[in-house]
Amino acid sequence: MEKFTTHTGRAVPLRRSNVDTDQIIPAVYLKRVTRTGFEDGLFAAWRQDPGFVLNRPEYAGADVLVAGADFGTGSSREHAVWALQNYGFKAVISPRFGDIFRGNSLKGGLLTVLLPESDVERLWQAVEEDPTTAVTVDLVEREVRYADVVLPFEIDDYTRWRLMEGLDDIGLTLRHAEEVEIFEQSRPAWKPRTLAAAD
Amino acid sequence: MADKGRTLAEKIWQEHVVRSAEGEPDLLYIDLHLVHEVTSPQAFDGLRLAGRAVRRPDLTIATEDHNVPTVNIDQPIADIVSRTQVETLRKNCADFGIRLHRMGDASQGVVHVIGPQLGLTQPGTTIVCGDSHTSTHGAFGALAFGIGTSEVEHVLATQTLPQYRPKTMAITVNGTLPDGVTSKDIILALIAKIGTGGGQGYVIEYRGEAIRALSMEARMTICNMSIEAGARAGMIAPDETTFAYLKGRQHAPSGADWDAAVAYWRTLVTDDDATFDAEVVIDASDLTPFVTWGTNPGQGAPLGASVPDPSTIVDDAERASAERALEYMGLRPGTKLRDIEVNTVFLGSCTNGRIEDLRAAAAVLKGRKVADGVRVLVVPGSMAVKQQAESEGLHSVFVEAGAEWRSAGCSMCLGMNPDQLAPGERSASTSNRNFEGRQGKGGRTHLVSPLVAAATAVRGRLSAPSDLD
Repeated sequence: MEKFTTHTGRAVPLRRSNVDTDQIIPAVYLKRVTRTGFEDGLFAAWRQDPGFVLNRPEYAGADVLVAGADFGTGSSREHAVWALQNYGFKAVISPRFGDIFRGNSLKGGLLTVLLPESDVERLWQAVEEDPTTAVTVDLVEREVRYADVVLPFEIDDYTRWRLMEGLDDIGLTLRHAEEVEIFEQSRPAWKPRTLAAAD
Repeated sequence: MADKGRTLAEKIWQEHVVRSAEGEPDLLYIDLHLVHEVTSPQAFDGLRLAGRAVRRPDLTIATEDHNVPTVNIDQPIADIVSRTQVETLRKNCADFGIRLHRMGDASQGVVHVIGPQLGLTQPGTTIVCGDSHTSTHGAFGALAFGIGTSEVEHVLATQTLPQYRPKTMAITVNGTLPDGVTSKDIILALIAKIGTGGGQGYVIEYRGEAIRALSMEARMTICNMSIEAGARAGMIAPDETTFAYLKGRQHAPSGADWDAAVAYWRTLVTDDDATFDAEVVIDASDLTPFVTWGTNPGQGAPLGASVPDPSTIVDDAERASAERALEYMGLRPGTKLRDIEVNTVFLGSCTNGRIEDLRAAAAVLKGRKVADGVRVLVVPGSMAVKQQAESEGLHSVFVEAGAEWRSAGCSMCLGMNPDQLAPGERSASTSNRNFEGRQGKGGRTHLVSPLVAAATAVRGRLSAPSDLD
């Protein structure tokens, strides 16, 4: 995973709440077996509308998405994170995220930032007034900054450290393989198994 | 912690903590990992790249469900991209030694239908799957939640997951359900009440007289849709209903193991002195058949109501969302929900594709005909459900009424296979999501119970069985 410390870019105001992962990437795009190439499916239905915010020239190349509450609800598809990343997004700001989407994003290095609704509204207004506004998402300082505005955000220390170091979760867990083995020895014999014991 | 009462979720959590360290998520052991073709290929690739094996193939099981066609299942899948994905799962399962139920196999079906059916879903277990409706298994008093592909890879490699301890929410459903009102109506009414984000960050425990009275199938319907209220997991304490469902199933414990298991399972209740982080109470006696009018599962109303007027909604974001939803759904405020005509009825999915759901719908359709111009798809949740339904003659009821009797899969719940709505088409669907385009690009979905689905099929408009002659 690529390390994330701080990122400065332009922002796209997505003035919608309840953007579920079916909107982020519809199911028909999930048939691929790779982790790349999902950018064509990002907001596929909405992008057919020339007026959709991602199609507007003033937001071309912007890589911070600012969305309404309950972004990424619904399906667990990690393809939603890949589609955002493949398209070029580095961070998403919203007042509330779907739990599974948030977990997926932070595993994959797409920084999801929680800001209160009033702050999101101000940020929307700022980037709508001036789409060239530089927005900084600073994980080190746990701040979003633009113009003369500084907005602190919360993220737990462990996740922040993992993102800043670009660490692979599996590698971290395997350091505790011995504890997993000890735990396994204490499991009751009647717990379900999918294969016959001989296998 | 020792002196304080614990909730059901806290008990199961504690039983599965492999490692706990200050400032880090707990490392949880996973008892059962369910795998399907859509969210797993990149995880297996990750294992190969890192030279890692699957730690516990004996705690892992795979099925083909999301992509599979529900007709001509003896033929190769026509859609080449879908076929490649299914073939990739077959190769991955063969390479890593994982049991797979392939299309056509007697135990194949929707992942959340086959787990309980095989007796693999058991009280007190931790269960994960790369699918948000894994919450279904919580009906057995399991801690079950959906995960992303990175986490699928993590579980394959380590049989554990680092997780932060969630908050707990009690949802108590008092009273008795009136006739014609089902567990689907409970959960739809509940999501409309607490919103699609209401359960975010929580594990829900469903409690109360009305919940205790439900069958396992009906409990699964409620737990299934916990995620639509934002909660990754929903659960119900196991009881005699649970034990009776499990006893004798292929992977349920037997003999002395059964006794030991049941003795343990009986401890899986929330202690009287335990506290929840949040509590919600509803009364089942007040409920009526419930349907959605919008594009998220929280946008619903009693069938007897009308399409709401967004201008009366105070919250700006909610009003904007309702306005967009009505535009997408092609609905006008004030229209009676019972006057909404549908083109398609879908009976199936991990929410309502079980034998009891098919029986309920067949009882309504028996001796009746599907309305002219309405397409009705009946898709059993698994091949075992299909076989059971056929042995009871339910398939004849459906076919004689004019419905299509299909093979098992996720089908039109998400339209990854050819079962899709055309743009502008409207469905009454027993599935779980009415998102824009969910059942096909431009398709319009109303979420309903199996009883409402069947009555709607007969009248061609959203209806309850009580509307039929």
